[in-house]
Amino acid sequence: MIRKSFLSLLALCFAGTARAEWALNMPRGITDLSVETYSIHMMIFWWCVAIGVVVFGVMIVSLFRHRKSQGVKPATFSHSATAEVIWTAIPVVILMLIAIPVAETMIKLEDSRDPDLSIVVTGYQWKWHYKYQDEDIAFYSSLARPSLVARRKGSGVDPNGVDNYLRDVDRPLVVPRDAKVRLLLTSNDVLHSWYVPELAIKKDTIPGIVNEAWFKANQVGTFRGQCAELCGKDHGYMPIVVEVVEPDAYRAWVDARREDAPKVAKNQ
Amino acid sequence: MSTTVADLHDHHEDHGPAKGIGRWLFSTNHKDIGTMYLVFSLTMFFIGGVMAMVIRSELAIPGLQFVHPEFFNSMTTMHALIMVFGAVMPAFVGLANWMIPLMIGAPDMALPRMNNWSFWILPVAFSILLSTLFMPGGAPASGWTMYPPLVLQTGNAFPFLIFSVHLMGISSIMGAINVIVTIINMRAPDMTLLKMPMFVWTWLITAYLLIAVMPVLAGAVTMLLTDQFFGTSFFLAAGGGDPVMFQHIFWFFGHPEVYIMILPAFGVISEIIPTFSRKKLFGHDSMVYAASSIAFLSFIVWAHHMFTVGMPLTGQMFFMFATMLIAVPTGVKVFNWVATMWRGAMTFETPMLFSLAFVFLFTIGGFSGLMLAAAPADIQYHDTYFVVAHFHYVLVPGSIFAIMAGVYYWLPKWTGHMYDEKLGKLHFWTSTIFVNLAFFPMHFLGLAGMPRRIPDYSTQFTDFNTIASIGALGFGLSQLIFVLVLFRALKGAKATDRVWEGAHGLEWTLPSPAPYHTWETPPKARIAGEAFE
Repeated sequence: MIRKSFLSLLALCFAGTARAEWALNMPRGITDLSVETYSIHMMIFWWCVAIGVVVFGVMIVSLFRHRKSQGVKPATFSHSATAEVIWTAIPVVILMLIAIPVAETMIKLEDSRDPDLSIVVTGYQWKWHYKYQDEDIAFYSSLARPSLVARRKGSGVDPNGVDNYLRDVDRPLVVPRDAKVRLLLTSNDVLHSWYVPELAIKKDTIPGIVNEAWFKANQVGTFRGQCAELCGKDHGYMPIVVEVVEPDAYRAWVDARREDAPKVAKNQ
Repeated sequence: MSTTVADLHDHHEDHGPAKGIGRWLFSTNHKDIGTMYLVFSLTMFFIGGVMAMVIRSELAIPGLQFVHPEFFNSMTTMHALIMVFGAVMPAFVGLANWMIPLMIGAPDMALPRMNNWSFWILPVAFSILLSTLFMPGGAPASGWTMYPPLVLQTGNAFPFLIFSVHLMGISSIMGAINVIVTIINMRAPDMTLLKMPMFVWTWLITAYLLIAVMPVLAGAVTMLLTDQFFGTSFFLAAGGGDPVMFQHIFWFFGHPEVYIMILPAFGVISEIIPTFSRKKLFGHDSMVYAASSIAFLSFIVWAHHMFTVGMPLTGQMFFMFATMLIAVPTGVKVFNWVATMWRGAMTFETPMLFSLAFVFLFTIGGFSGLMLAAAPADIQYHDTYFVVAHFHYVLVPGSIFAIMAGVYYWLPKWTGHMYDEKLGKLHFWTSTIFVNLAFFPMHFLGLAGMPRRIPDYSTQFTDFNTIASIGALGFGLSQLIFVLVLFRALKGAKATDRVWEGAHGLEWTLPSPAPYHTWETPPKARIAGEAFE
């Protein structure tokens, strides 16, 4: 186990390839913007690698060649305006090359106009509440029972035997594929943060403020995340599960929930 | 002016230190106060380190084994407060106390009684903070950032947390005033500002940062106090307040604070690399300008800690571009260090080894900092272990390695004895290997989506957490070697006055150990010769 991780660490250090299946890298995710975010991340990463190779390279050469034990006499130069200008100007150019595509993505991230569906997400200590604005559907979503039992100190349950330990909920958020989903996020008590890596969304839920975020999932599946802002003792125990389903399946789910509506209302 | 002062105190040479505990309690001697700061810092480093061990033990494997989640949160909170305010900052103040007067040719700090006070506030502040561990409701558990509304759920510890933060702030402000007054007024007559050593320069800039931002922190925590006890609603939405405003105020303090912890480190490294490269610091003046630019930029980047709170687009863009700009002066620093080494004649004693590791590993922390600056990517990184990896890289192999480098470098001047080079190298290699083992895997954890400040995690995060815990334990144990080195350096081989073959600067023209009173007559450039530049 440890050996595998160590090898993967070496793989990143030397080969520079970050393999998703070993969870070494940021997930590409399932929205156009999560893929853009991933490419921004990788672009800056490769710039850093390139700068690192040059700077560390020069330094390592110096460490081997310019040592007293090699009998070298130290040079006496101590400034060079040309060098200073060059290594001020080059980083500025690199930063501009980075900043432009990043700014373009930022503009898209903030454009939550014309959503197909809006969901109000409310953070509670320590669970989530989802309310579908046009569908009359509202429910709480909390840590699933098996994890709830296993998480206790001295529970005697091995977390490795629990499916999706700490990353499973009783009632997931269900959304249709290819629909622009707008989240309206707020909180009932302290700060929380709604974070699902595959959607590239992390947005704080703040009492008294309604924040916006949006996504349009390109593929169906179950995607997991959890609260990312310290919110008290059970901060580690408020996961998020988003199920992206085909539009038909979504309609069927909505209709089924509607039949349950009176029951749900009572549960509120 | 300095000459007159020196004349008046001509006979002080005869005075040794006072006897007994009074020497320390009532000390106004910059060397004694410096020593107390450093010993205090080391103590806090170990207390904070024990808390880190609790955190890493709990996280070594999934499931809760040792502590409850509330206590885990207290540990992360207290670890941060103690390391930031108790270990790193006092260590640099200790180095400043010891070295600034020696380096600029001053007989002592300008305000010696205030110096005593600013130190002795610290043990009180941290006793109060640590006592909260035994209070009903437990120690503060809301993170060192103290975000409301969560921090207002703290138990009896709450007012004690606020009071101890106030005390730390007062101590820092007094220390900073002292540094500024000393540097501005008490330099040797021929030492113009641009002839000052880099350590003095970076501390001058740091001191201004401290004076600018510690009152801001004091204001923020006072508002928390009145929200809790006096019915105000600065940060409470129900009363018309804004929880996000606290974050703006906190990070207006918090970001310059980051540079408060790294600029003096830059100074230490800029002293050591030239000595062991046997070559003058490359681009001294541009280093000064770079440090000043970093200090200026540090005031206009605070909201990059807040890309997920829902800021307007233009606000996000401003803070993103400003943050990226910091890479430029920071780059200049790194390039200048490399240029200093280039075509030097290097040797690799322990201070140099720590400094080289600093340049490598701080730069890695700088790279992840650049990645974090890009707002869309930051949305993924924010509040995950990627951030934990980033700031530990700049703080541990960054600030703390620089402090250790400085201690090894100046220790022979302080004690008059050489430290054990073999043990020093052992300390260096174990620290460097384990620090990477502890913090490098955290990058992967964060990218895979593990949030920070959680006591337990989903099982796919197990492998890297186990590695990090082993690394942290190893790093903690390695620091015991450091203590051994320090004790053994109290006696042993006599150090020469110059100590290091390539050392330049006024401090090296003094005897080793430095006498209790030094520079009662300010040195002249003509006498000190090369030492001035």
